[in-house]
Amino acid sequence: MKSIDWARNETLVFVVIVAFCALAAISDPNFLSIPTLTDLMRNSIVLGIFAVGAMVVLVSGGIDVSFTAVAAFAMYATTVLLRDLAPDLPWPLAFAIATMIGAVLGSINGVLIAFCGLPTLIVTLGTLSVFRGSLLTFVGTLQISNLPPGMRDFSRWMMVRGTNSDGSFYSLPWAFAALVIIVAATWFILNRTMLGRAIYAIGGAPESARRIGINVRRTQFFIYVFVGALAGLAGIIHASMARISNPFDLVGLELSVIAAVVLGGARLTGGVGTLTGTLLGVALIVLVRNSLIVIGIPSTWQSVAIGVLIIVGTGLPAWQAKRAEARET
Amino acid sequence: MAKNPETMPLVTLESVTKRYAAITALDGVDLNIHAGEAVCLAGENGSGKSTLIKVLVGVEQPSAGRVLFDGVPQTRLTPTTATSAGVQVIFQDFSLFPNLSVAENISMTAERATGTLMVRRARARARAAEVLARVGVDLDLDARVERLPVAHKQLVAICRALAADARLIIMDEPTTALTEREVARLLDLIRRLKADGVAVLFVSHKLAEVLEVCETVVVLRNGAKVAEGPAADFDSASLTRAMTGRDVASGPPTPLDAAAPPLLRVDGLCRAGAFEDVSLSLRAGEVLGVAGLLGSGRTTLAKALFGLARPDRGQVTLNGAAIPLGDPIAAAAAGIGYVPEDRLTEGLFLEQSIAHNIAVGRFDAHSHSGVLNLKNLWEEATVWLKRLSVKAPDPTAPVRSLSGGNQQRVVLARWMARKPRVLILNGPSVGVDVGSKAEIHGIMADLAAKGLGVIVISDDLPELLATCHRILVMKDGIITEEVSGGAGVTESELSHRLAS
Repeated sequence: MKSIDWARNETLVFVVIVAFCALAAISDPNFLSIPTLTDLMRNSIVLGIFAVGAMVVLVSGGIDVSFTAVAAFAMYATTVLLRDLAPDLPWPLAFAIATMIGAVLGSINGVLIAFCGLPTLIVTLGTLSVFRGSLLTFVGTLQISNLPPGMRDFSRWMMVRGTNSDGSFYSLPWAFAALVIIVAATWFILNRTMLGRAIYAIGGAPESARRIGINVRRTQFFIYVFVGALAGLAGIIHASMARISNPFDLVGLELSVIAAVVLGGARLTGGVGTLTGTLLGVALIVLVRNSLIVIGIPSTWQSVAIGVLIIVGTGLPAWQAKRAEARET
Repeated sequence: MAKNPETMPLVTLESVTKRYAAITALDGVDLNIHAGEAVCLAGENGSGKSTLIKVLVGVEQPSAGRVLFDGVPQTRLTPTTATSAGVQVIFQDFSLFPNLSVAENISMTAERATGTLMVRRARARARAAEVLARVGVDLDLDARVERLPVAHKQLVAICRALAADARLIIMDEPTTALTEREVARLLDLIRRLKADGVAVLFVSHKLAEVLEVCETVVVLRNGAKVAEGPAADFDSASLTRAMTGRDVASGPPTPLDAAAPPLLRVDGLCRAGAFEDVSLSLRAGEVLGVAGLLGSGRTTLAKALFGLARPDRGQVTLNGAAIPLGDPIAAAAAGIGYVPEDRLTEGLFLEQSIAHNIAVGRFDAHSHSGVLNLKNLWEEATVWLKRLSVKAPDPTAPVRSLSGGNQQRVVLARWMARKPRVLILNGPSVGVDVGSKAEIHGIMADLAAKGLGVIVISDDLPELLATCHRILVMKDGIITEEVSGGAGVTESELSHRLAS
């Protein structure tokens, strides 16, 4: 048995989640129930897919802030496409289109970053604005509440459905399976393929990676296409679940997503990050967003709570590491 | 294994020339390296050493001449073909992945060479464990490399080269970051590798310490081979002469005026976990050395004297006036200067101009009601550049663009401009080439001759012996004895006293 490493963000975030749930359970005995769990899971789907992508970018030593704009673009453009040209397209094809649109937009980031060698933050800040502006200028600004039938079908497709002892309904859509599959696939890529190890290597020491023959450009290009594809998929899932496609949606979420990833232990300087940590970070942020009110804190305090969590949650391990270092020299 | 002229050399350079536009970086260099042989490639910065490595590993193509591996001419050598021929470089920064485990760092190059797309964890770990066993070191396979001490990082880099079936390991400045004990351990390892038939090429400007394991020495100067011969024919002095093309004076310091008054007194200085009961006195015009290995507390003591580390107890007086402890601003105001060990992270503002780096901390002297007089700043900097013969285009050049020796002179200029009474130099010539080193020693002697007190903290014993009037030996936080510099004691005696 390995001893518990208290200096790890994962441990800290897990402890905070448990403490939060304990507090919530004391204030409201109904908190520990299946509906709370399914709510938490449902609300983690889109944020979770975004976070997985954001984590891969952070691990590679970059940062992507454009993925919400990619998601909004892919989501809305796909909805418009379906509405105007192929209303009866089944949902898997619609999802494939959105994923493709995401991948294409991601490849624009990829070209600028990997092949033109521009800084990732600057490129994605720029494309965030360009993608969003193009969407509103060329595709449309009106929200579509009457979704094409394919997407509607998907939103009604439930994995779990039931009634709680107190009579409240709960359900978990199959969209959750998408998050599970994406996490599993990303875990496999990161930990079991040489491509994944190259991503960690590039994030840890780009020059060393180049010296042992890793194709840094191609790897970076893959990363941004991958993140774009994930964002496109997350976008269409978001619209299907919300049963509305709103071009103004999603953009603005990017910093919360990156916050969740950093809270889960990924380093902004690259090279370090785990899926476990990322999912814990997402769970904590979703919990705080959904349930702060349960423990008697007004919802306006949400941002304050999340901000404090970020500072404490990522500051504490950094501070401990610094102290440990000071003791050694 | 002795050099056997009958066997085919592992690597041959045949009159290799490399030109970059108008500059000839390598000029018709011949070199043979045999299996099991260690070769020293010596030269100052800019002598063509790095270019030679780049040609050997296929990063650069020679403008004329050829590279042969096992007697086979290599046309269009690339890093990949060099690697598969068994040529591996261990860079000065080791080029490791700090965020990955020891096992993964060791096995990654070799695993990539198999062409596998999937991670084979078991095979990779077994490979790493096998190499560690071969080298005879015990490292935790799962430890993150960033948490290892420097010497262990170097071992990981050597293991990585071996895991990739290295037949020639090129080591770039292998001893700069190591303490003497670690250097001894490295040399042991090199001897074992040679016995296994691995060839080693040391590339360094600090070669005296690796001479004993080498068969051959090759000296480059201005891109040309100026000396070559059996290692036994060289010593520090002849090597330096070959590298610089002149005799570098490093005679004993000018005798100290016996009547000089004490300048700095330290009484019973203590800091838990670092040093204990340190007392010393420094006279005007004196150069005092503190010799200590890494971990002896020497750096913390240096910092404490300048207020960067707060001592628990004790007193520091300058000309009879006590200096508040743990307050660098007060120490500087009282006339103490401190040149840190790591000028890159503790001393310089790399992106800023030379002029700003010299004037920093003294902007008051260059400003009028808060507005900087840049002309004044540059003029002063120009004077210093000339006085310390810094090789720089002009004072507005960023410090990053200078070589190590010139950077160190900029730090010195900063403190000299403040006209201090005591200057503390922590490792004054780390990462500085031989020629610059001698000049920095000259500057130190000059300062002392002008009545400054100089304290030099270092584990470079020849440096201390050549520059100091007295040397204090520091061990486990305690000053154990005092020896006189110059001819008072030999290097090996001093080294023995430090380690025992």
